[in-house]
Amino acid sequence: MQDQLNHLSGRVTAGKMTRREFMGKAAALGVSAVVAGNLYTSAANAAEPVRGGTMKVGRGGGSSTDTLDPAIASSETPITNITTIGERLVEVSPTGNINPRIAESVEASADAKSWTFKIRKGVEFHNGKTVTAEDVLRTMERHANEDSQSGALGLLRGIESMKADGDNFIVNLDSANADLPYLLSDYHLVIQPDGGFDNPGDGVGAGAYQVEADEPGVRHLFKKFANYWDDSRGYADAVETIVLNDATARTAALQSGQVHMIDRVEPKIAKLLDRAPNLHVKNVSGRGHYVFIMHTDTGPFNNNELRLALKYAINREEMVDKILRGYGGIGNDMPINAAYPLFDDSIPQRMHDVAKAAEHYKKSGHDGSPIILRVADGAFPGAVDAAALFQQSAQAAGIPLEIKREPNDGYWSEVWNVQPFCASYWSGRPVQDQMYTTAYLSTSDWNDTRWKRESFDAQIIAARGELDVAKRKEMYSQMGRIIHDEGGLICPMFNDFVDAISDKVGGYEADPNNPMMNNGAQIKCWLKA
Amino acid sequence: MHPVLTLVAQRFALGLLLLFAASALIFAGTMILPGDVAQSILGQSATPEALENLRRELGLNEPPLQRYFSWLFNAMQGDLGTALTNGRDIADSLSTRLGNTLFLAFWAAVVSVPLAIFLGLLAVRYKDRWPDKLISAVTLASISIPEFLIGYVLMYFVSVRLGWFPSVAMVNSSMSLFERLNAIALPIAVLTLVVLAHMMRMTRAAILNVMQSAYIETAELKGLSSFKVIYRHALPNAIAPIVNVVMLNMAYLVVGVVVVEVVFVYPGMGQYLVDHVSKRDVPVVQACGLIFAAVYICLNMIADIVSILANPRLRHPK
Amino acid sequence: MKNIPLSALVGLFFTGAYFLMAIFAPLIAPYGVGEVVGDVWEPMSSTYLLGTDNIGRDLLSRMIYGGRTTIFIATAGTVLSFVIGSILGFFAAVVGGWMDQVLSRFVDLIMSIPTLIFALVVLSVTPVTIPVLIVVMGLLDSTRVYRLARAVAVDISVMDYVEAARLRGEKTAWIIFREILPNALSPLVAEMGLRFIFMVLFVSTLSFLGLGVQPPEADWGGIVKENKEGIVYGIPAALIPAFAIATLAISVNLVADWVLNRTTSLKGGRG
Repeated sequence: MQDQLNHLSGRVTAGKMTRREFMGKAAALGVSAVVAGNLYTSAANAAEPVRGGTMKVGRGGGSSTDTLDPAIASSETPITNITTIGERLVEVSPTGNINPRIAESVEASADAKSWTFKIRKGVEFHNGKTVTAEDVLRTMERHANEDSQSGALGLLRGIESMKADGDNFIVNLDSANADLPYLLSDYHLVIQPDGGFDNPGDGVGAGAYQVEADEPGVRHLFKKFANYWDDSRGYADAVETIVLNDATARTAALQSGQVHMIDRVEPKIAKLLDRAPNLHVKNVSGRGHYVFIMHTDTGPFNNNELRLALKYAINREEMVDKILRGYGGIGNDMPINAAYPLFDDSIPQRMHDVAKAAEHYKKSGHDGSPIILRVADGAFPGAVDAAALFQQSAQAAGIPLEIKREPNDGYWSEVWNVQPFCASYWSGRPVQDQMYTTAYLSTSDWNDTRWKRESFDAQIIAARGELDVAKRKEMYSQMGRIIHDEGGLICPMFNDFVDAISDKVGGYEADPNNPMMNNGAQIKCWLKA
Repeated sequence: MHPVLTLVAQRFALGLLLLFAASALIFAGTMILPGDVAQSILGQSATPEALENLRRELGLNEPPLQRYFSWLFNAMQGDLGTALTNGRDIADSLSTRLGNTLFLAFWAAVVSVPLAIFLGLLAVRYKDRWPDKLISAVTLASISIPEFLIGYVLMYFVSVRLGWFPSVAMVNSSMSLFERLNAIALPIAVLTLVVLAHMMRMTRAAILNVMQSAYIETAELKGLSSFKVIYRHALPNAIAPIVNVVMLNMAYLVVGVVVVEVVFVYPGMGQYLVDHVSKRDVPVVQACGLIFAAVYICLNMIADIVSILANPRLRHPK
Repeated sequence: MKNIPLSALVGLFFTGAYFLMAIFAPLIAPYGVGEVVGDVWEPMSSTYLLGTDNIGRDLLSRMIYGGRTTIFIATAGTVLSFVIGSILGFFAAVVGGWMDQVLSRFVDLIMSIPTLIFALVVLSVTPVTIPVLIVVMGLLDSTRVYRLARAVAVDISVMDYVEAARLRGEKTAWIIFREILPNALSPLVAEMGLRFIFMVLFVSTLSFLGLGVQPPEADWGGIVKENKEGIVYGIPAALIPAFAIATLAISVNLVADWVLNRTTSLKGGRG
């Protein structure tokens, strides 16, 4: 049977067999649909890349206020655009390793305080200039400038000094950080000529495509940059990002063939969509998680018994089942899951337990006044529904949870990080240190659970500089347990990234870093002839 | 001067005055919008340093009154300023969007207004018989379904299943008129269904109201055919309420089609405005508001003037 | 009652049924409004007569409670907008002069700003409760009623019989209620049916924007929205509330048509 399957796979690779035919024949051989589907995908992916055509990408999160300035990109469409036109020093590979891009190699000093990035030769910007270490330095300076509006500013704060030395870009840190390359793989840190100081939004980068038409909130058209250095990317002659914010419009556009790939398929319809002809739904579990967050310094949430009551009252399986429709995994009241390096899987999973919830609620001595949970549709997909489920299961434990729906408009400025109990999401970070530094350091701006403990801060910093992997893993495990038992985070679920691509697309690979192959599917995939 | 001309001129001057009042109202409205421009631009991932820097750069710390007057002065010279969020020239971006909106509104009106009046006349002609009831039921059903639902249903059947028209109504400058019309076929269909019932029902009611008059009886006694009576005698006298409701719906087609724009991803003004409202991009919101107000005031003025001209008693006062 | 045409009977029946259902919602609904009873989007069955919704709540129960919210808000909003809009409209038309100008221009001013944006601004600075929703919607909508009422009344107020009443020295209020109102009733009643629908749709649009009723409460527009993803895959959960909105709208308007006919024949004319 294996021979026959190999034969079938060979025909797929040669492009002589469609998915439907393949699945039919594989089923005849007694292979389950899931296995056959995977076989088909790997066989189809093994096909030779094809050059040419216009790759059309339908993405959400676009707005007519968007710019091409990498510093302020924060939602899907602008991130896709800067990834299309720009190139970073390094990237994180789907397996979590550092993938060199503009930096040809990365080396750290023994104490992990000094890092040297060797700049690749012969990489050219769209304006014809060559990429130098000086450009890299200027780019980092722009993002690290306290006057900048860069979303990467916080990541670069630990840098003591930077310099360009010939072909080398050298970073000195004030304290050891074994994860520096991961920080510099941030999507904002696209290398621009002279750092983009003059006109950051002009769209000139060193990426595979250059800007052809830029209509924010509508579409962005890019054409292949003739002198691009990397042959393994940029197969299509042109890439068009079409802004499709409405989920139903997005799936309809894919089904009617107006775009080749879309992101953020609603979990509810993913299985139904996958049944449609000529397209595939692709999901990959990542580090993003949907959360309910309590301020641990504000009453009544400063009482750990009440926090525990709420943590036991939530039904995680039901949420994964009903909100994610199985496209995700259950959370464990800490921001880390198995997708992170150095994850400790021995931390016990907290389950829904009405009796325990009631017991902790009783112990908390709460006066029985309504506990208000603020939520908006935009907090995460299905947030209002998830809150309704939470309310039902809390009611069963006698906890008076009350939902207050807030407008999407202004949610991130008026509610999140302001109100003591609300829904939110985290897209996750490539390494544990970054996640803890961003959300659990006393001084962090995004400490959205108001988790302020000097001992915990010390643990974060100690773990960051620890180069012994086993010790480091143990430190992260302890931190995870503390947040799990005492933190203000109720994390019911980690969501999968769910994309959908047309049959015509070749070269798609799952990447847990971000949706759409780390936002780069448009430059990494090709259109089959 | 003829008294009607005076009335028209008065109406005109009032329109201008109104526009100024509207600009002040829009300004005040944008001031009380909750939320913070800088936070909205930078999103959830913003740090306080970045926020403060952006705020300073955008001039958000200046007094509002000063900003209002300088903006108004520039607007009168056709300079709407630059968007806070992406630094683009507002007049530039807006003119394409406005063009698209007017294009869609125009074609939707071309289809829906004559159709509504025709159906209204038909309903009066066959009053209480099956054509009247059928028209009534169908238009009512079409108006009562949320427009996004009509949009999705049409999108699914017409574009996904049948593949007749595209589901995404993208238009750009390189497209021919025919291509554009093809692209906006579904939005036009939805908008027509949405505005048809209101105009048709008002036409029917207004004409029925006039049909009670003695002169209609005279006309009927003269032996004119019933359609001719309706068309020649009843319609002109029912014109005021009809024009009123037509103008209301025209205004809706220009200012109220956000949902249709979202569903079909049409690059019109509604979507542009909503994007900028949610980012608190005050100059853009004000510019859009001003244009919407101008469109509205203009259409209302036309309705009033038509009403004045159509009313013989106002035309020839005692 | 013999004179009631069939269409009006149908309209009265459905309107009555919906209103009764709204009033007695807690007695009829098999499950609670927010109670999760089954799996997501279960098909219709004897346990769940209309199936379940997007998180497994009984759709029939949500429809019944949702109807209550929708009908109540829309009715209250419509009544408010008609009382304010038509009285001010008639008043402006009858009094005329600067009073008319001030009122009309003020209404123009309010109307010149898109309703949705206006509602968005107002509702984001005030807490969203049902009374606030009704007042905001009623006031915003009354501008539309005002325009129509005034347009109709201006035509009537130049009629000979109104002139006669004025010459008799009747008070403004008397003219409005005894001369203008009866003669302006038919276009207003026709409009009222439509305004009611617009109210229903407006509530659902606000729910769509996150400014409508608070979960787990429901309204029909909100239920459409919650289940809209299923439409294109043949899941009827979104079509049922849309169907309910449509039938309610049609039946209310069938009743309005009937009232329209009765009032026009009451007026005499060709009788």
